[in-house]
Amino acid sequence: MADDIIQKIKDSGLLGRGGAGFLAGLKWEVVKNSPTNERGKKYIVCNASEGEPDVFKDKFILENHLSEIINGIKIALDTFENSFAYIYLNKNYYKKLNRKIRKAIGNLPIALFEKPKGYIAGEETSVLEVIEGKRSEPRIKPPFPIQSGLWGCPTLINNVETFYHISKILKGEYKNTCFYCVSGKAKNPGVFELPETSTIEEILKETRNTPDFNFFLQVGGGASGEIILPDELNQKIKGLGSIIIFDKNKTDFFVLMKKWAEFFIQGNCDKCVPCREGVYRINEMLKTGQINKETLQDIFFVLEKTSFCALGRGAMSPFKTLITKLL
Amino acid sequence: MKQIKITINNKEILAEQGKTILEIAKENKIKIPTLCFHPDLKPGASCRICLVQIKGEKNFCTACSTEAREGMEIFTNTFEIEKARKINLELLFAQHKEECKDCVFEYNCKFLKLADKYDVKISRFADRKTKFPVYQFGPAIVFDSAKCIDCRNCVEICKQKESGFLDIEEKNGFFEVIPTKNKKIDCIYCGQCIIHCPVGAFEAVGEFEDIEKPLKAQNKFVVFQFAPAIRSSIGEEFGLEPGLVVTGKIVAAIRKLGANMVFDTSVGADFTTFEEAKEMIERHKTKKGLPIFSSCCPSWVKFIEFFHPEYIANLATTRSPQVILGGMIKTYLLKSKNINPKNIVVVSVMPCTSKKYEIQRSELKINGVKPVDYVLTTRELAYLLIKNKIDLKNIEPEQADNPFGEPSGAGVIYGASGGVAESVLRTVYEKITGQKLQDIEFREIRGEKGIKTASFKIKGEEIRIAVVDGIDNAKKVLNQIKENPNIYHCVEVMACPGGCIGGGGQPLPSDKKIRESRAKALYEIDKQKQIRAAHENPAVKEMYKKYLTDEKTIRKICHTRYYKKKREN
Repeated sequence: MADDIIQKIKDSGLLGRGGAGFLAGLKWEVVKNSPTNERGKKYIVCNASEGEPDVFKDKFILENHLSEIINGIKIALDTFENSFAYIYLNKNYYKKLNRKIRKAIGNLPIALFEKPKGYIAGEETSVLEVIEGKRSEPRIKPPFPIQSGLWGCPTLINNVETFYHISKILKGEYKNTCFYCVSGKAKNPGVFELPETSTIEEILKETRNTPDFNFFLQVGGGASGEIILPDELNQKIKGLGSIIIFDKNKTDFFVLMKKWAEFFIQGNCDKCVPCREGVYRINEMLKTGQINKETLQDIFFVLEKTSFCALGRGAMSPFKTLITKLL
Repeated sequence: MKQIKITINNKEILAEQGKTILEIAKENKIKIPTLCFHPDLKPGASCRICLVQIKGEKNFCTACSTEAREGMEIFTNTFEIEKARKINLELLFAQHKEECKDCVFEYNCKFLKLADKYDVKISRFADRKTKFPVYQFGPAIVFDSAKCIDCRNCVEICKQKESGFLDIEEKNGFFEVIPTKNKKIDCIYCGQCIIHCPVGAFEAVGEFEDIEKPLKAQNKFVVFQFAPAIRSSIGEEFGLEPGLVVTGKIVAAIRKLGANMVFDTSVGADFTTFEEAKEMIERHKTKKGLPIFSSCCPSWVKFIEFFHPEYIANLATTRSPQVILGGMIKTYLLKSKNINPKNIVVVSVMPCTSKKYEIQRSELKINGVKPVDYVLTTRELAYLLIKNKIDLKNIEPEQADNPFGEPSGAGVIYGASGGVAESVLRTVYEKITGQKLQDIEFREIRGEKGIKTASFKIKGEEIRIAVVDGIDNAKKVLNQIKENPNIYHCVEVMACPGGCIGGGGQPLPSDKKIRESRAKALYEIDKQKQIRAAHENPAVKEMYKKYLTDEKTIRKICHTRYYKKKREN
């Protein structure tokens, strides 16, 4: 029965929807097959920490498809013997939705966990640290959470949207869709479920959001997403399903970059040098307006190549793409 | 053990599975630079200097934290790797205020050496932390947060092994190392933060400013004493191997500095052993104050006084070796030499930062006079010698002065975890049975093992002992005692890993391997000694005949009291 479930997920080809795009079925299989430790448990975490600015697709799914999410988690609980689940919610979502979610959970072995502040607290290994009562900092990988996660037990961490699709797969209703969040200077902002093969152009068109002004986009998240120009729309979104529309004539690029830098300074864990000091130096340059391109390239290089976790590795992407494409 | 095949810089290597790339590289003499890595701690992988490139991986990995896997092709010094190291070093220097002349690493700075090697522009970025505060913890430790590179080794070692006084707090978007705001926690002055900081952000109080004070005093009779643990470690500051014994050289070098007399604190340790053995026998008889806790580690004493005052009665009232010896210098010796008490200065050279705190305890005063005036750490003595161009390495050894110049073997092993308990046991056994020990070595309680337990039969009676290094382990033993108050008769605790040889005042670097060499050397000295038990030391015998003849004098010179403590920092 458990093997059937995993086979169905694998057959669907579903990719995790938290941004990294790992094959969901494979993750489930490893959790299923990994031996547990003396605690004898396996854990499931539904990650609803959604922390990128101007992204609210998980919120939309929580508000509109809660029963599917809970059903997805229940499938995981049924798949992994002696398992327990957490729904890890960002502060605002927790405040707004915790009663409703508790009601939907009923008697299932699922607990709610309120995420502390800071973007890094949503990174999957930081989530584990936080639930274990420690400071939110990423862990060294390997071991990966699927082998050794919460308290050393195999742990499945999936995004809210992933659980939604799992539920759909098991009901035979999965149509290879994805949720896309369109915001910024959008005529018709919102969250839309469209085929996962959609290009950026198609998403804008389908959602009646194709701008009629001189624009550029940030795609894949409101902080770590990359800048996309109007002539680059014929591609799928890499990372989070998020499009933010900017009016090119009315956007102060420096204000925008400062917003990102500030976000990372506040949201990172300060553990590793490139992310802690590199982002700070980017911010200093933006503050003084004295941009040294060589220094910037150097910082981008170490951020991308030597950061401890994905937050740092991705932090250079918006700056780098904005500077090369727009400045 | 399963073996794996990997290549490093195209060289084929057969390695044990489960090891990190850094470990394997080291075994194969391939140099990968490290900064925040310390063998005592799990890799934090925060400085991003030990970077390596693994074929097929998009990003670089840190060698300290990455386990080698079958078939890995690893490169340690590509152009890109070296470029990344250089930029990360520049970013690290951007948060480190350089005060190289006043630094524990002055003669051996890894950070600066890396800067040289990678052609780093130290001042590429303006220092971020210039206005960051300097914290002082008691009379023992200084933390200059403007030098901190945020690796958090100090927080880790303090939390894992000691009192957990160092913490992390968010300030203006940065997580900074700070002394904890939790009022229920205090610093115990062990100095392990100094030992584990890669960039010298921590140092002992007065580590540079005050070391010459005792020698500059005019018309003073200056008496030095040096601890058991420094004889096998100070050589490291002069390029000698850890564990090389330089007792006679220390004496000669201190004399050259201008000291009037030089004594060996190990002789003080023999007095401590003698008194503590008496206490143990007495408590064993009356069944009061058991288990008896050793009391010569001032960090452990402070830990009990602050965190567990309910166990104050268990601490042996016997003073620590430096304090007993200082007391005798300032009373007995001074009288025999006809010196004015105002004109004598006693300086202890200790492997320890906490000893700076110990000498300030006012209840130790004898007739209003402190037994010891200054404590220099092992490092401080080395700086002082180097500054005065005294080359310890090549100096002709000399004998320490009488009457406190020749310790028993027991007095020397005080420097290693288990040494105090072993010394006391040697004396207790012979005092109770009246017989000489056949085998004088208590090997079960030697070595850096966290908690060592053993039980011995003396005249049919069982004596159960626990020997502990690290406050984390002490907490475990206290929990055992709480569960079963009769579990042990005697507990020795040293706050530092491996005991005083791993103390906060010892040469840098200091790690398990180095500590083991230092400890081994002390046991080797003991082995070579004719006299290996404290009570047989002629100096001890003579003093109990000539000076420590009545209970009142013994209490005054050799015993102290303890108090429940409020937070001092």
